[in-house]
Amino acid sequence: MTHAQYVFVSYTLTAIVLGGIGLWLWLDRRARLAELKRLEESGVRRRSQDRAGHRA
Amino acid sequence: MSDTIAPARRFSLTALANPTRFLSYSGKILPWLGGLSAIILIVGLYMSFTAPADYQQGITVRIMYVHVPAAWLSMMGYMVMAVSALGTLIWRHPLADVSIKAAAPIGAAFTFLALATGSLWGKPMWGTWWVWDARLTSVFVLFLMYLGIIALQRAMDDPVKAARPVAILVLVGTVNIPIIKFSVNWWNTLHQPAAVIRMDGPTIDPSMLWPLLVMAVGFTLLFFFMHMVAMRTEIWRRRIASMRRASAREQRGAAKPVLAE
Repeated sequence: MTHAQYVFVSYTLTAIVLGGIGLWLWLDRRARLAELKRLEESGVRRRSQDRAGHRA
Repeated sequence: MSDTIAPARRFSLTALANPTRFLSYSGKILPWLGGLSAIILIVGLYMSFTAPADYQQGITVRIMYVHVPAAWLSMMGYMVMAVSALGTLIWRHPLADVSIKAAAPIGAAFTFLALATGSLWGKPMWGTWWVWDARLTSVFVLFLMYLGIIALQRAMDDPVKAARPVAILVLVGTVNIPIIKFSVNWWNTLHQPAAVIRMDGPTIDPSMLWPLLVMAVGFTLLFFFMHMVAMRTEIWRRRIASMRRASAREQRGAAKPVLAE
């Protein structure tokens, strides 16, 4: 490998790892928000919320 | 009786930063934090690729602009977890354990990057991908600590029960942080000694120091951006779990009279 290739691989790997973590965080966030919405729509409420869905 | 007193006590301790308030504040801060980290990282990348090549290392010195910030962030991420562990053990802060769980995978990713880019820098400069010297070994131990903490958190179903053992494990691992920092001074290592954070000031030329510092600021903001996103998701995950539990309890309660008949 040439020196330029070592530099290229380092930056590419950094982009892949940080991009991968970012993607995982985004997908996890999206899935949890969708789950929360499903639960609220099916009538499940948190203890601090009244039946109409407002915070007590 | 104690059931009615305990929530009141908890409320007084957490009145300043409860999860709902955190969600509200962090929702406002997040777009700014994300935008700022993106801008600073773009500027940092531009500076990294326009900085002069090193007179000995040539262009491989550019690996430094991702390797060193990743290494700093690997330690900072662990210190964020250590402070959060104190929050769990001393103040029983409800967000402290959420913070540990959110920080661990991000810290592990930065530690992996520090190891991998270090290896990619070591091969052309040292002639080897890896040596078991004190600096490399102690950072590898840090990576294992992160993995151990992630494993322990996910091994227990109830995050409330997992919080204390996880916090204790985090604090035990904190002993490794000064070992990493001073390993290059205490032992004879192939890894070079500190060149930026040292008592007599940085020994790097400003033309290389500035891109490094800008990248470090960009990485730090990115870490806190990701940490905040992960904390918010974790709060929602715990809310979902408690809502499911409450719903199951309600259903059981409704089913009982029928069974009694």
